[in-house]
Amino acid sequence: MSFESELSQGQFCIPECTVCKKIVWPDSDFCNHCFGPVSLKKGDFKGKIIEFSRQNEEYFCVVEFEGVVKVIAKISEIPKINQIVKISKCGISNGNHFFYVN
Amino acid sequence: MNKMVKVVIAAYGITPFTKDDQKIESVLLKSAKNLFDNNPKINRNDIDAVLVSTNSNSKYLSPILSEMAGIQPKIAHSVESLCNSGTNAIVSAYSYIASGLADMVLISGAERYDSPGQILEWDNSRGEFKHPIFWASIFTKSYKREFSISDEDLAIVSVKNHKQAKENPNALTMDTCTVQDVMNSKKLTDDLRVLNCSRPCTGSASILLASEEAAKKITDMPVWITGIGQKTISAGFTKHASFSSMESTKLAGQTALKMANHNTEDIDVVEIHDAFSVCEPIALESLGFSSTGDGIGIVKALHETDNFKINPRGGLIGSGHPLGATGIAQTIEITQQLQSNAGNRQVDSAKVGLVHNMSAAATSSTVLVLEK
Repeated sequence: MSFESELSQGQFCIPECTVCKKIVWPDSDFCNHCFGPVSLKKGDFKGKIIEFSRQNEEYFCVVEFEGVVKVIAKISEIPKINQIVKISKCGISNGNHFFYVN
Repeated sequence: MNKMVKVVIAAYGITPFTKDDQKIESVLLKSAKNLFDNNPKINRNDIDAVLVSTNSNSKYLSPILSEMAGIQPKIAHSVESLCNSGTNAIVSAYSYIASGLADMVLISGAERYDSPGQILEWDNSRGEFKHPIFWASIFTKSYKREFSISDEDLAIVSVKNHKQAKENPNALTMDTCTVQDVMNSKKLTDDLRVLNCSRPCTGSASILLASEEAAKKITDMPVWITGIGQKTISAGFTKHASFSSMESTKLAGQTALKMANHNTEDIDVVEIHDAFSVCEPIALESLGFSSTGDGIGIVKALHETDNFKINPRGGLIGSGHPLGATGIAQTIEITQQLQSNAGNRQVDSAKVGLVHNMSAAATSSTVLVLEK
């Protein structure tokens, strides 16, 4: 299963090189350090909000996982810098990845 | 290895920036025609390469432009690197001449107002937030928080650049604005309003680079490219370690200034890639024109004294941003300044100038140093 196919099923995974164990982000078929094959770590990952803004009534934030993976996600409550969050919903819609955290 | 050939900006042409709905091929030809109209000494048979800078999806544009302009070059291809396609094309042309592969290269950049280059589809780490206003909002929020900068402070960038664009006959708009106008303009996000943004538009700019020998036949006001720096950190926005500085700009600037054997105190006039108002102070800091967090101080001081040193043509915010043409238009502005040919925008005694052009949230930057 690829990162995208897992994501399309609502599962957020962290891509990791099977050879050098480095996290590969953005997701790719091969490690950008050693070109080793990539596998997917599954889990209930905790992320940290490192920046945010708001459009209309909707907050969006940059969330960092495992010190490497960063995504822009939606959050329903008022975010705080360094707030610890988890992915509550994710997927692919109209070709775009989407992420919600809380 | 042979000694590198020195490279001269020998001629240029440009169109007004508009919202016109024109075919990309027509837009492209207009600035090339303007270049040849303004420089009748150019023999088109002497042009060895034609490079086209654009994000248009139209194909084979360099051979098309060559045919429309009556040129049969040895080398003809397009260059695409989102918003800094223009200076990437100039660097490619420089390399052809410096290496001896070409003596004279025409570089033409063009874009339509509806360019596909505004969105980087690949960058899925941005989730649903792929429009540039979202990275700009994140940069703005981060910069404001880190250095206690207000929205009113940042609005001065737009006020200054629109004021300066009023002296640029090719600018998208001649409208000036006040800090209050910026603050009252349409809110896009909590951290960004419409007047904080450059606008995509239709426009074209062309420049002719030549070896020192070839340039002698064309111009008696040569402008030399003496420094080039480029750096690409990533393609994805979220790879940035900081959202309040521009690492690619810092490294490209250091490389260009070192190559030209200059420091920032030597630079008389600067084109900064102000895609959004926050970009101007951050870029000034990353290039070393001010200490960290004080870029806005320079902007305010220049605005209050009507000093046009930074973005004399109005920057991207004032002039408009036809992506593939922007880096070339910036380079033309510095060339005009060094030739004392910038009209009401002229910066006194400009001898050394710098161009800063970047793409995709400053993931990649190009810096050029020009001298007369």
